[in-house]
Amino acid sequence: MAPGSLERLLQGIAADTPPHLEARVLAGRARNEDAVVLDLPGGRAIVQSVDILTPIVNDAFAFGRIAAANALSDIYAMGGEPWCAMNIACFPQALAEEDAQHILADILRGGQSALLEAGAVLAGGHTVQDDELKYGLAVTGVIDPAHMAVNNGLKPGQHLLLTKPLGTGILATVAKARWEGAEESEQALTTVCGRLNSVGGRVIHSLRLSAATDITGFGLGGHALEMALASGVSIALDTQALPLLPRVLEYARDGLIPAGSHLNRRHWQCFTLVEPGVDEALESIVFDAQTSGGLLLAVPPHQVAEACALLLAGGDLACDVGQVLPARDDGRALILR
Amino acid sequence: MSHVIDSCGLSCPQPVLLFLNAVKENPHGPYSVLVDNDASRENVSRAARNRGFAVEEEDQGNGVTRLNMVKT
Repeated sequence: MAPGSLERLLQGIAADTPPHLEARVLAGRARNEDAVVLDLPGGRAIVQSVDILTPIVNDAFAFGRIAAANALSDIYAMGGEPWCAMNIACFPQALAEEDAQHILADILRGGQSALLEAGAVLAGGHTVQDDELKYGLAVTGVIDPAHMAVNNGLKPGQHLLLTKPLGTGILATVAKARWEGAEESEQALTTVCGRLNSVGGRVIHSLRLSAATDITGFGLGGHALEMALASGVSIALDTQALPLLPRVLEYARDGLIPAGSHLNRRHWQCFTLVEPGVDEALESIVFDAQTSGGLLLAVPPHQVAEACALLLAGGDLACDVGQVLPARDDGRALILR
Repeated sequence: MSHVIDSCGLSCPQPVLLFLNAVKENPHGPYSVLVDNDASRENVSRAARNRGFAVEEEDQGNGVTRLNMVKT
């Protein structure tokens, strides 16, 4: 859903939760967290999230894996460790016929491969007949409530490290349109979106980072702004330092931008300051809706070298894309420079 | 005589794909593209400028904009 309308809808529903039940939520919707952290009896806590996608690649196994990596990412972004998951799948009638069932099996196998790599058990699931194919998972992780990475944990001076390249929304548009480079785009999506954010999750845990998020539907700009606004600070992103998927800049200059990414940019326009000279294609990429994007880690200056070393050793990117700054008088919380 | 592309009722990226496909056939234009939303207007204008066209907007009323594009 579009960012603004989702917020309004949730506010109305959450308002009538009795305080003793609300107290179970240690971190969650009030700050637009990636996943909800819930208090359990005995001082323990779990972290939960649910995510469902329509296919962004044609290969069924790859799609299943991407959907699972995308769902698991929310757990990693909070500093949790995936424990178990439930499948949710919506399948068109045609795919339920016997000769098409291998497609469903491949999707679920793709999901299972990501869960096994994450060390999480597939505990069950549910399917619904639907006109459009969708697959996702409800994921539960374990977390230490004293050391979680939250949206309001940003502090001026922290560096922002991004662990995956940007542009999955644009490449998915190119792939769907069968435009020039569609095959390479799909290949890049399969590799990058199917990759778990487990390395970044471990960095959050071992360096006790106070704030992190994963980059998904609202784009880097939207998710960065959610953190900046929740923390009462501002964020400066260095657009020239952003890691990009192959040919994304070229496609963005040709206007191959999905409608959702335009909506993101418009929604956050009033909080964003674009400095003169910033490439308008890069501005679009900052708000490109991502599927299974990387983690954005807020790292104090003295831990940047260690965080980068850990990320790179694990095979992730470690791009220092910006900095946390004090709040500004003009209310702009995201500066693109 | 400019080639007119009516992209009203279509959502991104369809309008820009119609334009880019037309440019593939005839790189010189000129073109006029009718758009009925901001995202399409921005995408098509950007693609046109990127391909060396000057873009001029003409309000057609009822939320429709005509993008007149001439190769510079």
